[in-house]
Amino acid sequence: MSKKTKLLLNLICLGILCLFLWWAQNNLDGYKVQVLNLIAVNAILAVSLNLIYGFTGMFSLGHAGFMAIGAYVSALLILPASQKEVMYILEPIIWPFSVMHAPFFVSVLAGGAVAAVLGLFIALPVLRLGGDYLGIATLGFAEIIRVIFTNITPITNGALGLKGIPAYANLGWNYFWCILTFYVIVKLLSSNFGNTLRAIRDDEVAAKAMGINTFRAKAISFAIGAFFAGVGGALQGSLITTIDPKMFNFQLTYNILMFVVVGGLGSITGSVVGAVVITILLEWLRLVEDTITIGSFQIPGVPGMRMVIFSVILLFIILKRREGIIGGYEFSWDSVTRLFNRKGDK
Amino acid sequence: MKFGKKFALAFGLVLAMAGAAMAAGTVKIGVYLPITGGNAVGGGLELAGVQLANKQIPTVLGKKVQIIVVDNKSDKVEAANAVKRLIEKEKVNAIVGTYGSSLAMAGGEVAEKAGVPMVGTSCTNPLVTQGKKYVFRVCFIDPFQGAGAAAFATQKLHAKKAACLIEVTEDYSVGLSSFFERAFKKDGGKIVAKLNYQKGDQDFTAQLTQIIAKKPDVLYIPANFAEGAIIMRQARELGAKFKILGGDAMDNPEMVKIGGKSVEGFSFTTFAYAPEMPNMNPTQKAFTANWKKANGKKLPNALAACGYDAYSIIIDAIKRANSDSPKKIAAALAATKNFPGVTGITTINKTHDAEKSIGIMQIKNGKRIFLTVVNPK
Amino acid sequence: MSLDMFIQHVFNALTLGSLYGLIAIGYTMVYGILRLINFAHGDIFMVSAYFVFFAIALLHLPWIAAVILAIIGTAAFGVIIDRIAYKPLRDAPRISALISAIGVSFFIENICIVLFTGVPKPMPRYEPLVTVMQFGNIRILPLAIFVPVCSFILVAALIWVLYKTKPGLAMRAISKDIETTRLMGVKVDNIIGLTFGIGSALAAAAGIMWALRYPQIHPFMGLFPGFKAFIAAVFGGIGSVPGAMIGGLLLGFMEIMIIAFFPGLSGYRDAFAFILLILILFVKPTGLMGEDMEDKI
Repeated sequence: MSKKTKLLLNLICLGILCLFLWWAQNNLDGYKVQVLNLIAVNAILAVSLNLIYGFTGMFSLGHAGFMAIGAYVSALLILPASQKEVMYILEPIIWPFSVMHAPFFVSVLAGGAVAAVLGLFIALPVLRLGGDYLGIATLGFAEIIRVIFTNITPITNGALGLKGIPAYANLGWNYFWCILTFYVIVKLLSSNFGNTLRAIRDDEVAAKAMGINTFRAKAISFAIGAFFAGVGGALQGSLITTIDPKMFNFQLTYNILMFVVVGGLGSITGSVVGAVVITILLEWLRLVEDTITIGSFQIPGVPGMRMVIFSVILLFIILKRREGIIGGYEFSWDSVTRLFNRKGDK
Repeated sequence: MKFGKKFALAFGLVLAMAGAAMAAGTVKIGVYLPITGGNAVGGGLELAGVQLANKQIPTVLGKKVQIIVVDNKSDKVEAANAVKRLIEKEKVNAIVGTYGSSLAMAGGEVAEKAGVPMVGTSCTNPLVTQGKKYVFRVCFIDPFQGAGAAAFATQKLHAKKAACLIEVTEDYSVGLSSFFERAFKKDGGKIVAKLNYQKGDQDFTAQLTQIIAKKPDVLYIPANFAEGAIIMRQARELGAKFKILGGDAMDNPEMVKIGGKSVEGFSFTTFAYAPEMPNMNPTQKAFTANWKKANGKKLPNALAACGYDAYSIIIDAIKRANSDSPKKIAAALAATKNFPGVTGITTINKTHDAEKSIGIMQIKNGKRIFLTVVNPK
Repeated sequence: MSLDMFIQHVFNALTLGSLYGLIAIGYTMVYGILRLINFAHGDIFMVSAYFVFFAIALLHLPWIAAVILAIIGTAAFGVIIDRIAYKPLRDAPRISALISAIGVSFFIENICIVLFTGVPKPMPRYEPLVTVMQFGNIRILPLAIFVPVCSFILVAALIWVLYKTKPGLAMRAISKDIETTRLMGVKVDNIIGLTFGIGSALAAAAGIMWALRYPQIHPFMGLFPGFKAFIAAVFGGIGSVPGAMIGGLLLGFMEIMIIAFFPGLSGYRDAFAFILLILILFVKPTGLMGEDMEDKI
């Protein structure tokens, strides 16, 4: 398939997506729109973790920390100064945080950038480590970030968190960032750098022997993954309009890990599918926990069952179908034509 | 059509009409509370209060009142989602909730945007109603609670030096202690130590040893009942002799079970209701009696009373507004004056908070006794 | 700081450290033979406390019986987890087993929330161990002496098993080279099961003593002690049993002493363990007593 045709198909799909979003904004109730928003943000987060883990083979459990950084930086930049003054009832906010301000696009970018810088900083000591150790070390960093944010009250308002964050993150912005994330990462992975990352994932020693500077490649991949995690955190902050250090815990990283594992490692399509499926599933599973009223009968819901079912699903996938739903396949226009050609042959 | 089928059709039609009639004639009150998660204890107690109120007052303006309960799982994102669902899917006229100020803040943002009135039960952080038109609460706010505790410390406990042990990860704890500090200093007291711990910590010996060395007259712990009980236990094990004072999150009978003898003499501020209080007014007597009838041996407590009051005040507002439109309910709520609540006579002030008395309770001989009431100025 | 206060802190640190050490041993043993960080270990520790609680509350057993039941039950629980969630992944990439461990951990925590609710339950107290003893200005619980002594005895017993018995020899062999050990005719799966059983039993002992010291049981009580115990195991040298105990003691001392000397940092307590971890991994990843694990190139 020629490049021009692919570009045309991509633009058509983009157009259809825009039309759908415009329709959804005007016709679906707020709850469904919120789910659509969550899907976009979760897709960004899933893809960013997949870059680090599925494509480069680095088992990082620190995503919640990067999200926290992105969320706080972005929130501090879009909160109006009057709100900040009023909100910091424990210790007044210090300069320059009291006066910093930026438009939404810049603030999200800044959130991602600061997260990426920290990602690089973290990468230096921990990337030398192998699989399991890397996981715990990155988890450790995420926890350290959380503890620091809880304690530096003049900057982050400590445990009280930030509330009343302007809700700029609507369908338009979220999906814009989502498409941007895909574009950047897909382009990255289809380039030579992408091959480098896959080589490192499959056999780091061999890659080194081929002369690849594995440390540099891993650090860059880690930083980019951290960048988009920061972006995702910033968007989520503006979506929920209130953030506090407690919400950036290990459970959050675990959720993103689920998107990636369920969808399938090493496949962007997989991450998207995983994000969509799990986000919808999480909402749909509320049924299990709520009391179902039929007439005057009440079937009591079992609180907490949602997460139990959630963990069972993860266990099932990892034990029975390790490759996830998509199984590592990647969607591309070429594969579609191949499908049609094959059908044509018959 | 055979007779059987005709009958079924007719029956179905009747049911449908009845259903439609019911739906048209119901007032829906959404309830979002933490039924699971860290705040489940408080949420469960408040829910029981709301359910009792719904049983006592099942109709208003000739329509049936239906409560729709959604669990916010003690999580902010879930709280926002829960309120969204109640408003968008269930189309409630008003909302009751919630225990836990950070949850109330998250849910309140959603309610405010949608223009549906929300009445907080026991969320005491001032930020919950700040700047909002549609968010109210039936409880006092922490600046008042902290000041009440400080007043009790200086006047009744004759304390000149105080120490604070704060759960730094919990906004309730951090906020309440800072209000206590400010009021205590204003009353001429001195804060000799201020130490932190984190959620889930079980070992406070290092901090307590420090505090003991500074020789305070009173230790203020705005903690949750479980941690608070352990703090007191460890404090007594380390030989601390000073009095210990706490906030409304300590109001739970389990505290005595976990803390045993070490909670003897502990006092705490709470909402002005307890089943053991002397001099109950008629509303409180009725509530206590009805509760015992519905729940048998389980004792009512202040949180259940808050839940009860939140529901009743909405019903009262609907009556005064003579309408169940969310906007009119909100206007009526804002104009509430001297409503006879179980937790005290309630007037909603300009910032949509209730100016009510604080109750001070103490543990004596393993039993909770109601000491006194501190009134708003 | 007065000498009395310091001694008080030392006893606290000793108790905390021994408990971390006992839990760390479970991590280090499993990692030694399977190269798997058993994320669910902290939850096994939590389950043992609930075992005791229900043995006393529902079955009304006397203390000793409840403790024995809890230890056996928890050990069995650990073996079952291995059979269901880790054995099928023996030949899979290591990360899969790790994800499975995370999944098991969350499953246990959430099923406990469903069954027991998230409300903390008070641990029944065993009076002889928790009545305060006073020496001058120092007040300690008998528990503060019982826990370190008990831990040392357990560790000594374990070391004896590892070095003086056949199954112990098999465990050490598996940690060196699992394939060769299999070829030698050792029933590897059974030995692995035994390892999980012993590790879980030790965690159970730790869990019960922990709940006696900090009498609040709730489904997430194992999360942070679990993380910190793992860090202790890494500190002491992953794969080394004495190292795990030493690492645990050192971590306990560090936590208590830093707050004792710098009370203003008490809000950062949880971060210390993680900072320590990063430092070790940076400076000497094999830990204090660890053996260098060579990558066969």
